[in-house]
Amino acid sequence: MRSAVEIARDVRGGQSSAEAELARSLAAIAARNDELNVFLHLDHQGALEAARRVDERLAKGEDVGALAGVPIALKDNLCQIGVPTTAASKILSGWRPPYSATVVERVLAAGAIAVGKTNLDEFAMGSSTENSAFGPTRNPHDPSRVPGGSSGGSAAAVAADMTPIALGSDTGGSIRQPAALCGVVGMKPTYGLVSRYGLIAFASSLDQIGPFANNVSDAALLLEVIAGHDPWDSTSLPEDSPSLLSHVDDGVAGKRIGLTRELVDGADDEVVAAVERAAAVLRAAGATIVELSVPEFRLGLSAYYLIAPAEASSNLARYDGVRYGVRVDAEDVAAMNEATRTAGFGAEVKRRIMLGTYALSAGYYDAYYGQALKVRTLMIDAFKRVYQDVDVLLGATAPSVAFSFGAKTDNPLAMYLSDVFTIPTNLAGDPAISVPFGRGEGDMPIGVQLLGPGRSEAELFAAARVLEVAGGAS
Amino acid sequence: MTLPEGWEMVVGLEVHTELKTATKMFCGCPNEFGAEANTHICPVCLGLPGSLPVLNVRAVDLAMAIGFALHSTIGFSTFHRKNYFYPDMPKDYQISQYDLPINKGGFLDLPDGSRVSIERAHLEEDTGKSTHLGASGRIRGADRSLVDYNRSGVPLVEIVSGPDIRSSAQARAYASELRGILIAAGASDGRMEEGSMRIDANVSVRHPDEPFGTRCEIKNLNSLRSLVRAIDYEALRQSELLDAGGTIRQETRHWDENLEATSTMRTKEEAEDYRYFREPDLVDLIPDAAWRERVALSLGAMPAQRRASLLARLGELPAAQRDALGVVIDLGFDHFVVAALDADVDGGLALARAANELASDVEHVENLSTEAYVVTLTMEQNGELSATQAKTVLLELLTNGGDPRAVALAKGFEQLSSDSLEATLDGLIAQYSDEWSRYRGGDEKLAQFFIGQVMKVTRGQANGKAVIAQLQSRR
Repeated sequence: MRSAVEIARDVRGGQSSAEAELARSLAAIAARNDELNVFLHLDHQGALEAARRVDERLAKGEDVGALAGVPIALKDNLCQIGVPTTAASKILSGWRPPYSATVVERVLAAGAIAVGKTNLDEFAMGSSTENSAFGPTRNPHDPSRVPGGSSGGSAAAVAADMTPIALGSDTGGSIRQPAALCGVVGMKPTYGLVSRYGLIAFASSLDQIGPFANNVSDAALLLEVIAGHDPWDSTSLPEDSPSLLSHVDDGVAGKRIGLTRELVDGADDEVVAAVERAAAVLRAAGATIVELSVPEFRLGLSAYYLIAPAEASSNLARYDGVRYGVRVDAEDVAAMNEATRTAGFGAEVKRRIMLGTYALSAGYYDAYYGQALKVRTLMIDAFKRVYQDVDVLLGATAPSVAFSFGAKTDNPLAMYLSDVFTIPTNLAGDPAISVPFGRGEGDMPIGVQLLGPGRSEAELFAAARVLEVAGGAS
Repeated sequence: MTLPEGWEMVVGLEVHTELKTATKMFCGCPNEFGAEANTHICPVCLGLPGSLPVLNVRAVDLAMAIGFALHSTIGFSTFHRKNYFYPDMPKDYQISQYDLPINKGGFLDLPDGSRVSIERAHLEEDTGKSTHLGASGRIRGADRSLVDYNRSGVPLVEIVSGPDIRSSAQARAYASELRGILIAAGASDGRMEEGSMRIDANVSVRHPDEPFGTRCEIKNLNSLRSLVRAIDYEALRQSELLDAGGTIRQETRHWDENLEATSTMRTKEEAEDYRYFREPDLVDLIPDAAWRERVALSLGAMPAQRRASLLARLGELPAAQRDALGVVIDLGFDHFVVAALDADVDGGLALARAANELASDVEHVENLSTEAYVVTLTMEQNGELSATQAKTVLLELLTNGGDPRAVALAKGFEQLSSDSLEATLDGLIAQYSDEWSRYRGGDEKLAQFFIGQVMKVTRGQANGKAVIAQLQSRR
C-alpha cells in the first residue's frame, strides 16, 4: 500500500479518489481480517458515505485536508458517534457513543476515512491483545504470534497494509510495544499534546493517544493532524499543533544521543545488537553517542503497576450496569453492580481493579500509592537530569520479538515485563517513538526506541527517520 | 429543650449549598431546578466513557465569594476523587476537594454575638437525584429506583463549621445567618425546600469542660425546623443513653421527619473507604491575586453589616418588626426597605410588606423594581390604596411585573391622583367660570356642584375629601 502522504496527495490531485482508496483498504481487510481478527467492527456504510463526501467536496474544488481520502483504523477505545465502541470489553457490548473523541473529529475533518474499530486488550490492559473479550489479534508477520498490545489491532492493521495509518493509545507502552512487534512506526506523544477527550480512560495521568504508520513521515503527518489544544480536555497543553512533517529530514547531526543501559538490560541478544547497530547508524549520521545509566528507570515498572491500576480502579467504577452497557439483574442495586461487573470484566481487568483498590485503601495508601507517586517524582527528576546532558535517549522498545500465544498468559509478571522499557516515559509524561530496525528470531521485526524531553516530537521523528532510511539489516 | 442535668451538646454543621451558576460545574448543561427529568444531561455529566471534566470558572468565583464572606484563607487548591458506588453518581466517584480546599479556615459571627469557626468551604459536584419506589421510600427494600441526572454535576460548596455550636437555637441561628451570607454573596438562592441548601449535623454530648464525646452524624435535614428537632432529639438520646450506663457508637444516623426520630444508617465499621486521590483529569486550581481581587471587589455587604445599617435607619424596633427585619436580611430585600425609607415610607410598613408579601413569592422577586415597591407603599401610606389593595397590587407585580398605578387602575383600585384631579378641576373651572366666581365669593353650596362634576367626569374615581381640599386651596 502507498503511504498516507502519497494517498492524500493523489486524492487531492485527482489521480485517485477517496472511494477507490477505501475499496483498496476494504479489500485488504477482507483478505485477512478473519485470519488476524484485527477489527472488532467495520463501518462499511459510514466509511463509504464519508469517502463519497470527500470526493464530492474535492469535485467542488474544496480543500478537504491533509488526510484527504486516507483510510484510517481507530483503536476501539476511541469514541466515534453512533459506531459501536467496546474497549474490547463485554461490559460495553452494544454501546454506541453519542459523541466522538476529539482525535476522531480531527482526523475526519482532515479528510481521513475511518474504516473501523480495532482490537485491543480489554480497556487497554495488556501487552498482547490476548486480554480482548473478543479473541486475540494475530501478528500479520506470523499468525502464531501475538501482535503486542494493548493497541495490537491498530499495529496489525498497519502492518497488514489494511490501512496506511491508525490511532492507538499508550499508557505504559501500548503503542510502541505493538509497533515494535508488528514492524511499524508508533509514537507516544508528550502528555497533553493530544486531547484525551473521547478516549475511554485506563489511567488518566498516563494515557496518551498517538499514531501508527508504515513510515516516519506518515506518523508525523497523523500526529500533526491530531495534536494541539482542546478546550474539552483540562490537561491539554495550551498550544497549537507543532510542525512535524517538515522536520522529518532534519537529521541528527550535532545531537547528543544517550545509549541507556536500563533500556536494553534484560533484552534478548538480537534486540541488544539491533540497538547497538542503531547507535552506529546515528553516530555515522553525525550524532554523538553517549553511553549512560539511569538507575531510576528500574523503579518504573513497580510504580506503574500501582499508579495505573489505582486510577483504573476509579475510572472503571462507572461500568456498574446502571446507565449503559451490560446489566446483570439481581435482587438489589449493590448485587446488580457486583453481578454485572463479575460477568462483564475479564480476569486481567479484575486483577488490576483489585490491585488499584488495594493500593488506595486506608492504611495502605502511604505504603503503595503514596510511595509510587514519590517514585514517579524521582523518575521525572531523572529524566530532567539526563536531558541536560543529551538530546535523545536510545534503547529497545520491547525485550524480545513477538512471542507466541499463551507464552506469558499464565504469568502476569512476565507479561508486565514486556513494558519495562516503555513505562518510564509514560511516568514522566515525555514522548517516545518506536521504529522498526532489523529482524530477529523467526524473521520477526525488532523495534528500537527513541525517547526525548517534553515536546521533542520533531527531533524524535528526525532521528527515527535516520534509522528508517538506513534500514536495520545487520 | 433542656438536656438532663449536667450535659452539654456539641454540634458542628456541614452545609452543602448549590451554586447559582448558569451551567454545571464541569460541562455546559444548564444548572436549573425543576426541568423534566434527564433533559439537562450530556456525556460529561453522565460520566460516559471517554468524557472529561472542564472546570466552570464561575463556580470558582462563587466559592471564593463564600470564602471572602467567611473570612477564609483562599489559595492553591486541588481536586480529588471520592470513590464510592451509588446509582445516582454517574462516574461512581465524586469530584471533590480533600486536603487542599479552595477556602481554609474562617469564622461566622451570629446576631447574638457568638462566633462559630469555619474549618473549610470546598468545591464539589452534586449527584443525580434518586427516587425509590416502594414502601420504604429508601434504596433498601425499594421495588424500583429512578434516577434523574439533571442535578448531576451541579456545583456545590460544602461549608464545614468547627464543633463550636452548643444549642439547637444557635445551630438554627448559624444556618440562618449562613443562608443570608450565601444569598448576599450571590452564591446560592438558599432554598432548602428545593434542596439547594442541605445540612448534616455532627452531634455529641459531654459534661462542660470535659473532652468531646463520640459524635453521630445526622443526615436528611431538609429544613431549619428539622435541624432544630433532630439536634435536640439526638443530644437527648445520647445523654439519656450515657446516663443509663450505655455508650455512644460513632455512626451516621437518618432523621425521619414523620417519626421525628433519628435511626442508624451505617456504623463506623460499615463506613465507606473513599480512597481519595488526586483527580488526574483536572489541573491545580491556583486563584492568583488579580482573580481574588476581582471576586473580593464584586462582593456586596454581608448580612451582619446590612442588619446594622438598616437598624441605624429604623431605630428601636418592636418584637414583630425585629422578626420582619430578620426575614428581610435573610432574603436580601434590604434594598427595597432602604428605598422605601428614602421616600419617607414608614419603617414598619416598609419591613412588613417586604417580609410578608415579597417573601411569599421569592422566586418572582426580580419582576418587582424597588421603584414599583416604593410607589405602591407610598400610595398605601397616602391613602390612595387600602392595605388590602396594596398587598394585592404587590402580589400582582411579583407575578407579572408592571407599573403599580396601572395595576391598581386595572384592578379598579386607584382613586384619582392629585395631578389628574388638578387637571380635571382646571377644565371644570374654565367651563363653569360663573359658578367658580360665585364659589370664590362665598357660595358654599357650589362646592357640592363641583364635587358632583368631578365625580361625573372621573366616573367616581376621585376622592371627595381630596376634591374639597383642592377647592379650598384654590379659593
